[in-house]
Amino acid sequence: MHLDHSHHAPAVGADAHRPDGTRRALRIGLGGPVGSGKTATVAALCRQLRQELSLAVVTNDIYTREDAEFLLREAVLPPERITAVETGACPHTAIRDDISANLEAVEDLEDAVGPLDLILVESGGDNLTATFSKGLVDAQVFVIDVAGGDDIPRKGGPGVTTADLLVVNKTDLAPYVGSDLARMAADAKAQRAELPVVFQSLRGETGVADVAAWVRERLAAWTA
Amino acid sequence: MSRAALLVLADGRFPAGGHAHSGGAEAAVKAGRVTCAASLEDFCRGRAHTAGLVAGALAAAAVLGMDAAELDAAADARTPSPALRAAARRLGRQLLRAARASWPSDELDALAGAFPKGAHQPVVLGLAARAAGLGPEDAAYCAAYESVSGPATATVRLLSLDPFDATGVLARLAPELDRVADSAVEAARRAVTEGVDALPAASGPLLEVGAEWHAAWPVRLFAS
Repeated sequence: MHLDHSHHAPAVGADAHRPDGTRRALRIGLGGPVGSGKTATVAALCRQLRQELSLAVVTNDIYTREDAEFLLREAVLPPERITAVETGACPHTAIRDDISANLEAVEDLEDAVGPLDLILVESGGDNLTATFSKGLVDAQVFVIDVAGGDDIPRKGGPGVTTADLLVVNKTDLAPYVGSDLARMAADAKAQRAELPVVFQSLRGETGVADVAAWVRERLAAWTA
Repeated sequence: MSRAALLVLADGRFPAGGHAHSGGAEAAVKAGRVTCAASLEDFCRGRAHTAGLVAGALAAAAVLGMDAAELDAAADARTPSPALRAAARRLGRQLLRAARASWPSDELDALAGAFPKGAHQPVVLGLAARAAGLGPEDAAYCAAYESVSGPATATVRLLSLDPFDATGVLARLAPELDRVADSAVEAARRAVTEGVDALPAASGPLLEVGAEWHAAWPVRLFAS
């Protein structure tokens, strides 16, 4: 048995370099409850960033390929840049406890269509405790929406509290579902201190611009 | 050797991708062959004496130092379903990543170099056991147990089966798993002198047929 460190580091997640020594793509995870707008946010980010960056997407569908197929249908990226991972009824396992299938997907994308600047890893819709392993992603976005209840920021949980960016989506619906955006913002601030929060409506004029700006900042820090 | 290393390798939470696979249980449930604890037990008994025995012998042979490429070809020859061959290689690749991080070894590095897209899972399991300082019996036990533990936990999710009933099934199968592991090791020892043809070639045709059927479904919980 060998337990020394003379071996080539197996390409384990957090390693910032690929086996050939080049720097790998920045990986950003997007998680959050079912229906909060993760796939729509990914699609909007692809449309916004694809002219300036080489990017790819991994989706983690729970029991179908719907998210991958939505992105393909919307043609936000060429099909070879979108990969679906099957998660065996357990989306949080595949992004947190056993990330091997997702690591393979991101590595295979870099091999097949690289070099890549950015890979977006979208979790299957899950609950408020789902977070990404640091072995899989470099930063994570947690997407909730105003229609899911304006008490979610107050309830906190690992996603709301610790994600590098919290996105409160579908702000255009707030008046119709009786959600108090100011209260959500205050609760989020209390839970997250200095961590950023974006209020977003993909139907509005600004669209995904704030999230895209945050992604550009992360990328600048990654390549610096 | 460290007996505790066996617990690490055999742990259902060892991050090697198994959680996304049902070992044929999803197809058997949909076909109405597994409907309750009793039919789960029958299904698992069949798997243990076919897929489990073959996997156990391959894994034990790898621990005994037989050539990995030869064993991989023998595994191909014993797996008629292309979907199952693909799943076995995917799981082998994922197991290899976890094993290299857990028990760094030159042999595991060489295997990764020879099979960048994955060798059959039982072959990798054997070399992982070897790297962990374990023996052929240990590897055969891991393979035999995995052949039934995966379907049992998958069935808990698929049928909402009482988890205590599913665990009872595994406990009742334990004496049979002892016999499967014994036969597997015996065959592996014979194969060391007589060649890979001495390895068992038991198979359950419905497992192979079901795997092909399952792979074509648009909506499923498990990858295989």
